[in-house]
Amino acid sequence: MLLHNEGDVYEIAWRSVYVSGIATILSLVLGVGLGAALAFRRFPGRMVALTLVNTGMGLPPVVVGLFIAIMLWRSGPLGQLDWIYTTRAMIIAQTAIATPVITGFTAASLAALPPRLRLQVYALGASRLQMLWIVLQEVRLPLLAAIMAGFGAAISEVGASVMVGGNVAGQTRVLTGAILLEQGKGNFGIALALGIILLAMMVAVNALFTWVQLGARRDRWSPTHAGDSHDEGTPIASPWQPR
Amino acid sequence: MTAAKLSARNLVVRRAGRTIVDVPSLDVMPGEALAIIGPNGAGKSTLLLHLALLQRPDAGEVLFEGTDTHGHELALRRRMAVVFQEPLLLDRTVLANVETGLRLRGVAGGERRQRAGRWLARFGVDALASRSSRTLSGGEAQRVSLARAFALEPEVLLLDEPFSALDRPAREEITRDLASVLAETHTTTVLVTHDHDEAARLGSRIAVMMRGRIVQTGAPSEVFGAPVSEEVGAFVGIETMFEAIIVGRDEGLLTLAAGGHTIEAIEGDDFGGVTEALVCLRPEDISLSAPGAHAAGSVRNSMAGRVRRIVPTGADARGEVDCGGVTVIVRVTRRSLDDLALDAGTDVLASFKATAVHLIPRW
Repeated sequence: MLLHNEGDVYEIAWRSVYVSGIATILSLVLGVGLGAALAFRRFPGRMVALTLVNTGMGLPPVVVGLFIAIMLWRSGPLGQLDWIYTTRAMIIAQTAIATPVITGFTAASLAALPPRLRLQVYALGASRLQMLWIVLQEVRLPLLAAIMAGFGAAISEVGASVMVGGNVAGQTRVLTGAILLEQGKGNFGIALALGIILLAMMVAVNALFTWVQLGARRDRWSPTHAGDSHDEGTPIASPWQPR
Repeated sequence: MTAAKLSARNLVVRRAGRTIVDVPSLDVMPGEALAIIGPNGAGKSTLLLHLALLQRPDAGEVLFEGTDTHGHELALRRRMAVVFQEPLLLDRTVLANVETGLRLRGVAGGERRQRAGRWLARFGVDALASRSSRTLSGGEAQRVSLARAFALEPEVLLLDEPFSALDRPAREEITRDLASVLAETHTTTVLVTHDHDEAARLGSRIAVMMRGRIVQTGAPSEVFGAPVSEEVGAFVGIETMFEAIIVGRDEGLLTLAAGGHTIEAIEGDDFGGVTEALVCLRPEDISLSAPGAHAAGSVRNSMAGRVRRIVPTGADARGEVDCGGVTVIVRVTRRSLDDLALDAGTDVLASFKATAVHLIPRW
């Protein structure tokens, strides 16, 4: 085998999946909520929020790491939590990186739905939560893409994770950190092997989601929604959200 | 008089500082089908969205069975159904689409399937039940949308230009099916449309809306035959309108003069003291004949004139006749076009019955 200790590799790979998996789930919860608010609500500062999300989709991980490190530093505002150099800190960092990605995807896909679809769902008798649940099912395919992109951003990220996790062997070392370390030591073979493992894992996860996506797309060919919008008054600027 | 099922009171909607709906009072009676017609941008759809409790007005209220709906929107929306111009089906099977509203209203599985199946069959799309909604044609999708609304067995059905995106044959067929279902269920219905035929066919009563206001309500024959204003007249298809002076009245029969012609018409209510009126004639109520021919009947008006132009309109043609100071628009069948050898410059006699004349008083 390429590494002296096979167990170490499994442990590092598992930690990568664990940290990035949890971060993706958290990002999904946050991102879908934020994305729905951005797509459906009209509020002052919406432009600014959209700009931030679009910037956030390409947020420099090092800056995220720096910011979270400052927050979690022993003398920092959240220093009492004692989370610096733990996997929790890494989960926070990766969540901060993946959330804008999922928010952006969610907002874009919800905004692309026919504007009256939400009114139709309300008219069918949905409460606000039921409406959200139904329209999210309408964008399930783009949401799967969002999850893939979010997970990809989280697991392939190294700067922030190392800055807040510390790359501590047996505790906070993940695949990207290990690659960084082995490359620094000149162990290109090992670094390459770890890189292949990382890629293989990403391919496996994406293959799974792609398979789900294709399954959902089965037996539909072309959308035939008659969709010429008719303009009666102005577009619904602020659809009233019933209680 | 029975209590209204759904009413608007002092309803005002503003968008960007402009008042787009201003309806002091509108009542939808149980079992009636009220068709709201009007030109694009009149505020019809906006009014419907408010009646459907999908938007909140800037002022005024919507009453359901005489009670203010405020605070009870969700529960009341579950007693109504809305069909929009676009089918707005969810990305699910046809059956799942029809079941969605029933599920939201807490209808149990067995009954849900049975009701969905029954209404899909009623609109002739039960064979598509297991198909994805994305594979349907426009007409099929709108039928599913109707089935989805009727499966809810709503107390009030609201239709917003439901067929205007469909081609003519599909629209004809689906309108016929809907008319027969409505005749059967007597569902209280509000239909918004700019299509007169659809309104006359489906509506038991018609409200004309212009610039946010309801300017006339009445039976289809009233609205189409006796518009209250020039504006409504022009919208409901009265193409000939000209000013005339009342020169005589006798036993409910008025004699008017316009452009050297004498016209006899039936005196309407509230004509006491009126000295001038706008003469309104529908193009299909005027017939053309050769100048020498004698007009039949005693209360028949005839005006000599010359054809200015003939414009083909599908099955028929539309003729513009210059009767010396008065222009008359008339519908000509292909047959009389040939029989009279009508063309620009032909001399004709335009005749119409006294009962076909609708007068709008001028004060």
